[in-house]
Amino acid sequence: MTARPPARFVRQFALTGGRARSSGAPLPFETLIQTTPQGRSAYATLTPEWAAIVRMGESPISVAEISAHLHIHLGVARVLVGDMEHADLISIFAPIVSENGPDTALLERLLHELEAL
Amino acid sequence: MSLKLSDPAATPAPPPSGLGMRPMKIVVAGGFAAGKTTFVDALSEITPLTTEAPMTSVALGVDNAGEVSTKTTTTVALDFGRITLSDQTMLYLFGTPGQDRFWFMWDELSRGAVGAVVLVDTRRLGDCFPAIDYFENRSIPYIVACNSFNGQLSHDVNEVHEALAVPVDVPVLALDARNRAAAKGGLIRLVQHAIRRRHAAG
Repeated sequence: MTARPPARFVRQFALTGGRARSSGAPLPFETLIQTTPQGRSAYATLTPEWAAIVRMGESPISVAEISAHLHIHLGVARVLVGDMEHADLISIFAPIVSENGPDTALLERLLHELEAL
Repeated sequence: MSLKLSDPAATPAPPPSGLGMRPMKIVVAGGFAAGKTTFVDALSEITPLTTEAPMTSVALGVDNAGEVSTKTTTTVALDFGRITLSDQTMLYLFGTPGQDRFWFMWDELSRGAVGAVVLVDTRRLGDCFPAIDYFENRSIPYIVACNSFNGQLSHDVNEVHEALAVPVDVPVLALDARNRAAAKGGLIRLVQHAIRRRHAAG
């Protein structure tokens, strides 16, 4: 259990305009993002955080990894990613889940891929 | 696409692709020092990462700046690893944070998860009870993996199965969490169990 100085916390949420979540339902931590062609061409014009995410998203990467690599809280990473998708800079690949978890077709695919690992 | 012809008597044909690129996740739970980090480390293709979530925003879903900045900023650390299984599937393994005060984070991690691997140190069986109760009460598929430190188990898996009083269909197995093949075998058992549960539920 660690307590962080409030200053750092405030600074992080300043990155998101003060919001703790993007519009819509919160993205699961494992949600993948990938940079779009628009994101790539806008790179030079972006804020440092958005630019870093565009660079990381050249190959698919999760919200959790973005949070770890940029040393920002998961909630902040979620908001940044949500806003960047809204701006068409990245695409989002969210998990497909029902109330009971992933559907059977996805589980079967996962099983085959694990067995082949 | 592979053109390899498979023996129909062998494994069933892989399901058609077209499900798209999808992340999936498995939760790795257990008592303190039961081997969660070791298990994730054995399987992850990346050095396991740690990230932090502030308890306030995750727990309460606050969306008001003033409210956030005045709350106590306790954070909870999460360790995770990744396995790229194909160009379509990325599997994430999330270690659960300590119990008690962090149940909200267990909820967040369990939502949409394939299931959970509950690691058990058989010398301290009781440590895994909260995790088993958690997954059992929420009908989340899980397996119990007795971590055989140095190949040693202080109880055999049948004794453990009985002592934990988990339903008979829940796989209870022994594995060495440091061993990648063994850890992978644990994940396979979990996914098979999750599929069986799906079929049983209709």
